[in-house]
Amino acid sequence: MKMTRKRFLEIGGVSLIAVAAKKVVGALGNEATARSSAPATRWAMVIDSAKCHKKDGCTDCISACNKTHNVPVIKDSLHEVKWIWKEPFENVFPSQNNPYIEVALQNKPVMVFCNHCDSPPCVRVCPTQATWKREDGIVMMDWHRCIGCRYCVAACPYGSRSFNWFDPRPYITTLNADFPTRTKGVVEKCNFCEERLALGQPPACVAACPEKALVFGNLAVPRSEVRQLLQSRYTIRRRPELGTEPNLFYSV
Amino acid sequence: MFMIEKALVGGRRYWGWALGLFVVVAAGLYCYSRQLSYGLGITGMSRNVTWGLYIGQFTFLVGVAASAVMVVLPYYLHNHKEFARMAILGEFLAISAVSMCVLFIFVDMGQPARVLNVLLYPTPHSMMFWDMVSLGGYLVLNAVIALVTLSAERKGVAPPGWIRPVILLSIPWAISIHTVTAFLYSGLPGRSFWLTAILAPRFLASAFASGPALLILLCILLRKLTGYDVGSSAISTLAVIVTYAMVINAFFVLMELFTSFYSQIPSSIEHFQILYTGIPGGALLLLVLGRISLAFMAVALLLLLIPKFRRNERMLVVACVVTFVSLWIDKGVCLVVGGFMPSPLGAITRYVPTLPEIMISVAVWALGALMITVFYKIALTVREGGRTLAVGHGTTPLPLAK
Repeated sequence: MKMTRKRFLEIGGVSLIAVAAKKVVGALGNEATARSSAPATRWAMVIDSAKCHKKDGCTDCISACNKTHNVPVIKDSLHEVKWIWKEPFENVFPSQNNPYIEVALQNKPVMVFCNHCDSPPCVRVCPTQATWKREDGIVMMDWHRCIGCRYCVAACPYGSRSFNWFDPRPYITTLNADFPTRTKGVVEKCNFCEERLALGQPPACVAACPEKALVFGNLAVPRSEVRQLLQSRYTIRRRPELGTEPNLFYSV
Repeated sequence: MFMIEKALVGGRRYWGWALGLFVVVAAGLYCYSRQLSYGLGITGMSRNVTWGLYIGQFTFLVGVAASAVMVVLPYYLHNHKEFARMAILGEFLAISAVSMCVLFIFVDMGQPARVLNVLLYPTPHSMMFWDMVSLGGYLVLNAVIALVTLSAERKGVAPPGWIRPVILLSIPWAISIHTVTAFLYSGLPGRSFWLTAILAPRFLASAFASGPALLILLCILLRKLTGYDVGSSAISTLAVIVTYAMVINAFFVLMELFTSFYSQIPSSIEHFQILYTGIPGGALLLLVLGRISLAFMAVALLLLLIPKFRRNERMLVVACVVTFVSLWIDKGVCLVVGGFMPSPLGAITRYVPTLPEIMISVAVWALGALMITVFYKIALTVREGGRTLAVGHGTTPLPLAK
């Protein structure tokens, strides 16, 4: 068959479409399979507020996290980068608030960080899959793929994501050479210390808590400490009505 | 090539205007280079208000782009000949508006060098992926349509038959670009301001008011500057379209206000309070803008709905300016910024665009104005030539409908 220019362009065009279609089908397929099988590991945390409040003004978990992950400490609240921090109870659980709320809870700081949702809106909206959910439930972030569109920040109903409005490196107090630093223009958040889990260590905040108020474990194992706690205590989650299925449980 | 040579001939006024726009673009480029080296912290956006003027302009301009369908549909689908001299202007406005959209997305990226990751890792579950597909497709469709119809006109022949299905495809495609843009917002579980099924219809209604209002202004300006007259009946028909769209838009806004204020659900009501009634600790800029937008909407409705005013060209110009400004504030600022207040943790964070941010935005608009100028110059030159050539006086274009 003679290869005319028209024929060449036709074949080229069809090939391009085929390659693109394969990618699209592949991406759709990945999402479908990720949902079906029951995972062997589902990391979660139970936060015991009473224990957390024992030591007033304690920030051990926050400092441990910042140090471990090279989180910049930026004083300007407009441009802060935060992985784990404190928020007043009323802001964390607005639907649980009432004018006559128990004094023990009024204005009490609650530790907040990424909920590592089972159905994370941030992952759904990310146009490059720079944020994705692992099989063990950890919502991950690829700082090298992120284009900085901040769609995930808009999508997160918990305000758990931070954008680097400028170069964060000058604001890192003590550099941990074993963990990457970030660049300006990308989004970051708590990674449930996946790098420590890989070494069989608990998350840095859990290890740092002097009161053992943060309990980390595997929800897929019925005998795990988190499962035992959830069975014996009343716990709440942030904005459960949104259907995101957070994996942080608060015992208040 | 692409008749661009026609844009390189012009008088003093033409070159002066183009040069002025170039200067604005250059200033914007300088500001962008600073943003590129410092980061998006140079803007007024912040941890809680993570999208601002850029994404607002993008959203508004998608509407302007989509609104070309209000001329294309009557002309090509219903053979509404009044729009014969206007259709090409609408198409070129759409091309310029989509280009501005792309630029506004680009300047909003934290890592612009990686923007092609969207193509490298196509993600069908992200609405941004579909927005890229629909905007890109719309740009190609309109570019092909404008080029093919205009070059046929230059040769004094009827456009090829295959362009008709392309034009027909561009009609639902126009609806799709603004629908998908609304889906960017309305599918987010935690943002109650945007989480409303009426967002896409409201986007379309406001687009079909603001875009044609701009087109009317451009047509009147064109007649003043060049003598090219789209015809008074075309303008008055388009004015009726603006009127209907503005009425529907106002109706949709009232729907939103009723649902929120009557149900009194805090998460639904608080955004509208911040925008229109004010709350303690609320954002003042947003309150002022929200109220201006509502007031302008009321004035626009008054001027448009009373035939005596609408048919008076001076008043129509005022009505179109007021319509455009009202909807620009509503969609270009309030819609985006209002959605971020209060934040998921209940904070109301002030947002005021910074000077570099404003300069970059103005520069993108200037680039769009430059594109419109060049495109209109080409179109008009082709038409003026065509008048003495094959086609009869004044009725240059060749309708494709049978």
